[in-house]
Amino acid sequence: MEDSSTIADRERQIIEEFGYFDDWMSRYEYLIELGRSLPLIEDAYKTDAYKIHGCQSQVWLRAERDNGHVLYKADSDALITRGLIALLIRVLNGLTPEEILAADLSFLDRIGMKEHLSPTRKNGLSAMVKQMKHYAVALHA
Amino acid sequence: MPMTSFVASQPVVRFDIERIRSDFPALQQDVHGRPLVYLDNAATSQKPRAVIDRIRDYYVRENSNVHRGVHTLSQRATEAYEAARARIARYIGAPGTHQVIFTRGTTEAINLVAFSYGRNRLKAGDEVVISTMEHHSNIVPWQLVCEATGAVLRVIPVDDDGALCYDEYQRLLTEKTRLVAVAHVSNALGTINPVRRMIRDAHGLGIPVLLDGAQAMPHMKVNVRDLDCDFYCFSGHKMFGPTGIGVLYGREALLEAMPPYQGGGDMIETVTFERTTYNALPHKFEAGTPHIAGAVGLGEAVAYLEALDFEAAARHEQDVLAYATGRLAELAGMRFIGTAPQKAGVLSFLPGDVHPYDAGTILDQLGIAVRTGHHCTQPLMKRFGIPGTVRASFAFYNTREEVDRLFDGLRQVQRLFT
Repeated sequence: MEDSSTIADRERQIIEEFGYFDDWMSRYEYLIELGRSLPLIEDAYKTDAYKIHGCQSQVWLRAERDNGHVLYKADSDALITRGLIALLIRVLNGLTPEEILAADLSFLDRIGMKEHLSPTRKNGLSAMVKQMKHYAVALHA
Repeated sequence: MPMTSFVASQPVVRFDIERIRSDFPALQQDVHGRPLVYLDNAATSQKPRAVIDRIRDYYVRENSNVHRGVHTLSQRATEAYEAARARIARYIGAPGTHQVIFTRGTTEAINLVAFSYGRNRLKAGDEVVISTMEHHSNIVPWQLVCEATGAVLRVIPVDDDGALCYDEYQRLLTEKTRLVAVAHVSNALGTINPVRRMIRDAHGLGIPVLLDGAQAMPHMKVNVRDLDCDFYCFSGHKMFGPTGIGVLYGREALLEAMPPYQGGGDMIETVTFERTTYNALPHKFEAGTPHIAGAVGLGEAVAYLEALDFEAAARHEQDVLAYATGRLAELAGMRFIGTAPQKAGVLSFLPGDVHPYDAGTILDQLGIAVRTGHHCTQPLMKRFGIPGTVRASFAFYNTREEVDRLFDGLRQVQRLFT
């Protein structure tokens, strides 16, 4: 079902889900919960080559091309980070490289967590987004 | 920990914590709707109002370039800048004011010694001794110099409790050793190193010693003459002064013999295209317009510390550290990194199975500022087989109540993640 939805649809759904919670603690609980649905990268790929630099926690990310669509797998040793990357993957998974490159991912600011995301976390997030887009470029060829 | 009994056996000195806290405007704010609990003092301390006002005042009344102008403002700026140097020199017990060189901070002070002293004296096969607990700032400059000269870096190991292995240190001191460069206090563990003894042992073999004092200055009165160290480096911003200013203290004969580190204005005597002669100490090492406001602000921070009952402040701080150690030990799965008998200001830990980053993020939501990560000590983290820690670091303005907030916060963290 998600495969045919647009980025906008997916983002809207996430914003709606986060809208159910009126305090930050519940939002974090939900974020951690979402981390459990992350398509996990295989242990064999948990190497330096797949590590994202610029994150305080360890994050591994890998992408492959499937019929013109990009599929991501990832993991992190920090649960909040795992939740955040799960959100990104939920929005971008199965899209074409063109769609991924065009995504602005501003929904992250609109799920009621913007003010709670520390500057270093923002750096980590932007490193993740950058790496996801790099994969899209690489798989575009 | 020993400081608990130390605190208990001392008569209670009245230390007016509320008045002290009111001196620090940054402590008077809410973060995420809760009163800020600032426990990241090892990264940087907050500044008393006196320092903030002094810097403002400098720009309002004195701002001008130093050492050059004949006009009134330049004289005022020069007087303020040099008065700050003199105050700092007195505070650390430097025999001469000219032995206090202003730098951007500890990092630059160490680099100055590494490049000016190290690069010119070291040759292939010589050895520089550092320790496993050094901040990257006291590792990388020496690595660079070793690469350039063929000298070798030797590293004192650290015990499981975070103390230096003293026997190993003694073994590392040989006729090849040209310099010892160690932290006075560890930024990641809080360990206070036995620097007096280390210096005595090194000097016994004619080896000079540089101390990285960045983490010592906020917690103890340091006297370079008593320590008998050859170089002492520290940063203003960790001792309640401004960022961007620090100090290199050096033994006069060593500083005199060292060539300039950077070229530019203020460090010269005469310049011709054939030959430049250098200015005398300390100006030889202060090329370009210095951070005048920073130096003046640091002088004011020293004045603040001088006016403080430092003994009482240090005792209060040790009490808070001991209290925090006891309190956090109640939490499930708590693992402390750094439990040496002599410690200052730092409590580094792993809160059970929770990743430090997750813990730090949630604590921030609760208005509690701690540091998470490797604390610029990756070799030390590797030594303990961990990627990083949560570090609560204290100043004399922290309180037991703030420790309680940290404890409650960590309980919430553990509930959320386990």
